[in-house]
Amino acid sequence: MTNEPILRTTDLGVSFSTESGTVDAVRGVSLSVAPGETLALVGESGSGKSTVALAAMGLLSGNATASGSAVVAGHEVVGAAEPALRALRGSTVSMVFQEPATALDPLTRVGAQIAEVIRNHRDVSASAAAAEAVDLLRRVGIPDPESRTRSFPFQLSGGQRQRVVIAMAIANAPKLLIADEPTTALDVTVQAEILELLRALAVETGTGVLLVTHNMGVVADFADRVAVMLQGEIVETGGVEDVLLRPEHEYTKRLLAAVPRLDVAGDRPAAPVTDAETKPAGRPGAAPVVDLRDVSVTFGRGARAVHALAGIDIAVHAGETVGLVGESGSGKSTAARVALGLIKPTSGTVSLFGQDLRTAKGRDRRALRSGIGVVLQDPVASLDARMSVAECIAEPLAVHRRGMSSADRRRRIDEVLDAVRLPRTLASRAPRELSGGQRQRVSLARALVLEPRLLVADEPTSALDVSVQETVLEVLGELQDDLGFACLFVSHDLAVVQHFAERVVVMRQGIVEEQGTTGTTLLHPTTDYTRRLLAAVPVPDPVLQRQRRTERLASLAAVTA
Amino acid sequence: MTAVQMAPEAPGAPVTVAATGFRLAARRFRGNTLAVIGLALIVVIVLFCFVGPFVYPTDQTHTLLEQANQGPSAAHWLGTDAVGHDVLGRLMYGGKVSLMVGIAAGVLATVVGTLWGSVAGYVGGWVDALMMRVVDAGIAIPALFILLVISAITNPGVGGLIVILGLVSWLVPSRLIRAETLTLKNRDYVLTLRAIGGSHARAIGKHLLPNSVSTIVVAATFQVADAILLVAYVSYLGLGVQPPATDWGGMLSAGLTAAYSGHWWLIVPPGLAVILVVCAFNAVGDGLRDAFDVRGR
Repeated sequence: MTNEPILRTTDLGVSFSTESGTVDAVRGVSLSVAPGETLALVGESGSGKSTVALAAMGLLSGNATASGSAVVAGHEVVGAAEPALRALRGSTVSMVFQEPATALDPLTRVGAQIAEVIRNHRDVSASAAAAEAVDLLRRVGIPDPESRTRSFPFQLSGGQRQRVVIAMAIANAPKLLIADEPTTALDVTVQAEILELLRALAVETGTGVLLVTHNMGVVADFADRVAVMLQGEIVETGGVEDVLLRPEHEYTKRLLAAVPRLDVAGDRPAAPVTDAETKPAGRPGAAPVVDLRDVSVTFGRGARAVHALAGIDIAVHAGETVGLVGESGSGKSTAARVALGLIKPTSGTVSLFGQDLRTAKGRDRRALRSGIGVVLQDPVASLDARMSVAECIAEPLAVHRRGMSSADRRRRIDEVLDAVRLPRTLASRAPRELSGGQRQRVSLARALVLEPRLLVADEPTSALDVSVQETVLEVLGELQDDLGFACLFVSHDLAVVQHFAERVVVMRQGIVEEQGTTGTTLLHPTTDYTRRLLAAVPVPDPVLQRQRRTERLASLAAVTA
Repeated sequence: MTAVQMAPEAPGAPVTVAATGFRLAARRFRGNTLAVIGLALIVVIVLFCFVGPFVYPTDQTHTLLEQANQGPSAAHWLGTDAVGHDVLGRLMYGGKVSLMVGIAAGVLATVVGTLWGSVAGYVGGWVDALMMRVVDAGIAIPALFILLVISAITNPGVGGLIVILGLVSWLVPSRLIRAETLTLKNRDYVLTLRAIGGSHARAIGKHLLPNSVSTIVVAATFQVADAILLVAYVSYLGLGVQPPATDWGGMLSAGLTAAYSGHWWLIVPPGLAVILVVCAFNAVGDGLRDAFDVRGR
């Protein structure tokens, strides 16, 4: 009985009927999860990994049809009637979704939400369920569960909310837990804690876990076995070490090669850093392209004021890339927006190309602005859906080069499309017809069309798959070598910054925690915070990751002891 | 698609506009049977009211008491009313007023609402707060009440009715457009434009307005339907256009006195006309909303 898998899909297929015909999202997927085992389902966006998870729960949308078989704890899910599925969900199989903010009802206290899940499936009194909810909150590591049970979701942090979601998922001791990108919306340090919790729960109760993720580091940290999906089919299945260290399929190899790896120092931090790196200006002589001095930003006033930035110094020089890293709420995007002049600093000075942004007026200010290029995170929202690609790219020209003839404009658009390695034929297309990576390259082309001296990129690759991210970063790097612009690169991904930036600024709660050359700061950090941040990043190597995890837990225990 | 070399366009060719969005919307609209029927119905009724009188000329100014209250016949297809006017002809004559006032008032309400809402949403801060409190205050007073008071005091003609109806019904569209503007102005492409020094005028003209066109058009359609109903209310209560001019609401009101005499031809045609037009506009509005909805794919 113990060897009987808790989830077994055989030749599972899912097709969606859409306006433009039928789409086979999943084809012939056969996999199994044993009790106490974690199977990671990995793949890039559109590979069908989430669809498999939803099919196993019987939660597919109305326009989907499933074929084949998915058996959960002896119950066939494909084609099962809704009442039977409802009895199964929440008790035998339960799910943890990506976004804890939307998985919880904002108007119900968390204790009541957990109690509701318990009473849906078990005949217990309200007070017993409430008591059990407190126990569950304690088990998922919420401090002071007796009072927290009366909190509303908005009173909890993102990580705590995800813990509550997990508490709801394990409330009826399910045999199978399906976790769809459970840590993607969370910061790395929180991610490490949540993974630790899920691992402990799985070991404790013998629950089988189907983990859906795109993050190879999470896979290395958590999974026992891995199934790699490509375009709706499984291309490789195996033990985590086999697949991540000795991949056989061409696609797995490519995928793993594209994952930016965090280089870690072999030993403990050596000599203290030289004082050249503690100064904000890395290159003496030439004036920085953009210089933030003692900049503070406060939103609101009085008791409700939020200090987004508290006296930060950041400078970017011509030709260099400065990586701005930090967790959510650290103020890194605010700092980038101050540099762009979109947010006025409450105090401090911002100079752009040697001129103070506050004193520059009218035409001067516009001229200064023409030297800036911007690439923002969201590939969908970055381009106006009502314009063609050419119109999007030409917009800065329309603002700053009004006299330009349409022939010149056309030529310039072709040049930048070539520069970002997109075919010129895309010019007349609508952004909607482009892939995410192509859209981000269009954004980049738009940013470069005026030959800027400063490029501000706010999480330009965060919404992209790793293989696409690799191309975009490659293009960006080459262009910087050719054109020599300075780049302020905001990212939460330390591995990307390590490979892409020469200098790094680590931010935390509105202040600069530490800054210096990437090689020094990210290999031999001087502050505890940076060290913790680095230790929390999972690396896509199960052996190394296991070792890092042990070290991290040991150092955490040492801190709390 | 990648390896295909595009035929080089003429070097001076203007930057082409992606029209696929509208084409897709048009295809979806055509797929919505109810909306297509609604559109056809609107066209038929407009032709009926504005072209009909040339095909079927009748005297709508002189009273002909010797022909009053006749039932449908070959000479008068829908009979005559209490003062001898041909009802079919009167349906066209009154429909002209109803449609003109309804469409003009609906458009006026949408224009005022769009301006008010987009300014409030784009400027934000205390300006937004002030402008929206004005809207709240307006919505708190029943529109019909304001309408009746003003109509009773001023005794409006066609132009007056348009202005009054427009001014009591711009509040709802202004809220819609404000919400739309709020989400649009924080889109990354607007931020990008502002960061490189683009003007507010450009942000509004090139991004905000084109992207809210769908919302505006849908709002306008529903506004027109509402306005046609409102005209009918007002005239039914005897406060609309004054005789000998009339509209469908006025015809209903006049016909109702004859209801107990079994003169159905005085009530059914104008009543049916109002219902058909309002339903048609609502169906078209629904169809447009679905067609423009990008999020629903």
